[in-house]
Amino acid sequence: MSVAAQTPGAPRPSRLSGGARQRRRKAVNRFVMGLSWFAAIIAIAALLLVIVDVVIKAAPAISWDFLTQLPSSSFLNPSGGGIVNSIVGSAILIGLSSLISIPIAILVAIYTTEFAPPQVSSVIRFALDILNGVPTIVTGIFIYGILVLGHQQSGWAGAIALAIVQLPIVARAAQEVLALVPSSLKEAGLALGLRRWRIVTRVILPTAAGGLITGAVLGIARVAGETAPLLFTTSVFSNLTTNTDPSQALANIPVTIFTLSESATPSDHAKAWAAALVLIVFVLIVSVVARTLNERSRRKLGN
Amino acid sequence: MEQDVDLPKTEQVPDVSTTPGSPPEPETMERERLEPAQGHSVTVKDLNAYYGEHHAIKGVSIAFPPNQVTALIGPSGCGKSTLVRCINRMHEEIPKARAEGTVLLDDEDIYGSGVDVTAVRRQIGMVFQKANPFPTMSIFDNVASGLKLSGIRGAAMRERANHSLRAVGLWNEVSERLNRPGVGLSGGQQQRLCIARTIAVEPEVILMDEPCSALDPIATLKVEELIDELKSRYTIVIVTHNLQQAARVADSVVFMLDGEVVEHAPTNDIFSNPTDERTERYVTGKFG
Repeated sequence: MSVAAQTPGAPRPSRLSGGARQRRRKAVNRFVMGLSWFAAIIAIAALLLVIVDVVIKAAPAISWDFLTQLPSSSFLNPSGGGIVNSIVGSAILIGLSSLISIPIAILVAIYTTEFAPPQVSSVIRFALDILNGVPTIVTGIFIYGILVLGHQQSGWAGAIALAIVQLPIVARAAQEVLALVPSSLKEAGLALGLRRWRIVTRVILPTAAGGLITGAVLGIARVAGETAPLLFTTSVFSNLTTNTDPSQALANIPVTIFTLSESATPSDHAKAWAAALVLIVFVLIVSVVARTLNERSRRKLGN
Repeated sequence: MEQDVDLPKTEQVPDVSTTPGSPPEPETMERERLEPAQGHSVTVKDLNAYYGEHHAIKGVSIAFPPNQVTALIGPSGCGKSTLVRCINRMHEEIPKARAEGTVLLDDEDIYGSGVDVTAVRRQIGMVFQKANPFPTMSIFDNVASGLKLSGIRGAAMRERANHSLRAVGLWNEVSERLNRPGVGLSGGQQQRLCIARTIAVEPEVILMDEPCSALDPIATLKVEELIDELKSRYTIVIVTHNLQQAARVADSVVFMLDGEVVEHAPTNDIFSNPTDERTERYVTGKFG
């Protein structure tokens, strides 16, 4: 029966339009869809607002000099100078933290996925989740208590505090990637008479390489903005030179943002925003790199 | 015995057991002949295998004669795969799995004390149901992957790897792209690549766990021809769900049920004159 066959004047409900029940379901469906759409908009809007706000407020202070000059020590020129010492210091802190945490994290992940009995690896997994949940200010106080108190602040103390934050992130990501490596490849290696460690280095690690790098990079993005661990360990530093010696306190972007924003000078507030922009751009770039690597490695594993 | 089901007729079964080294069938691919070698026997005695509490292999004893193809058949879950995995000690790699008993390679117990499992697996190679080339390695590196570990490198390694590729009939298909990824090959080529990888380390015995179940008929035929060729040099144990395949490639067939060996007899006898009623019912398609 077609719609055209209906006699005009005696309209019958179409069999295809559904009743009140269907209409209600449709409305509920629309409502829930709209709600989730709205939630998604909020999430994206939050990110965009933060970025736009930072860009606008940083605009007056950001310049090439800001990236390459030391902070101005002159009272006559409070809006001049830059944060090069913080940029260099942050790079050193993140580098050291990564050098400490990434190898340990990947070895822990290899141990739990390839060697440890299931009970042991679930205990380690749980411990890593707990470590990941420890508030970073607690990590900062802990390192302060054992490395700074009675000694002095140092880049090493800051890097170790960051490494403690970074370790569980990288290790958990690595565990997930290693678990994705098909067990048929391990069996192929075993059946060839390869020793387990050989299989790890020649088969498993190359197969998982992309994902492992992704996890490591995500860890870097995460610790780049960590402030609390550094406040206790490497926050009292000179702005007169660019220090590169980690046995001294190292200038760093998060603490610099914190200090500048507490300052009484209005131009310092603009500098704090500009430093925040530098940090956000760094994290953004690192995250995009991580995503790209991740997609490439997933494509490879999918083959 | 009923022959109304779709079964290979006895006269179709190549009676290779009585004519070892029979002339090769018409070639469908360019393959280099293997140097014949005295194969090695595998003798399983009172083997029990477990997955946790589950008793998967119940006191099995079988002798696999050298330079012969022995097929393991039986319904799913009867323990065929578990049995072959016990022969190169792969079974114990599964968490909570264990095996007890004796498996003699010639006269040496692979479960004996002081035995190195990696040495066992180099003598007793394995080909899996699903082709599993290493995805990060080239075609050549896949074949050479087992060699590097034995300290064979350089020209000797290249020679052996190339020879293995010729032996499995892959050489003409891949010699122009040895540096391309192994996973870029077709399913049948990948499986022959995995066989090449296995024979490159020159094992004494080759175990095959349903090597053709993921392949199309033409690729299956190539692998079956290869199996026939390989036995001039190796002792082969093949698990198969395909009775026709067992009839085509095997010299003798083992029928298993519920973790026990029901019957082990020359291929002709299993299909045309089984002594056990359960074997007859299985090979005539009455159960399983």
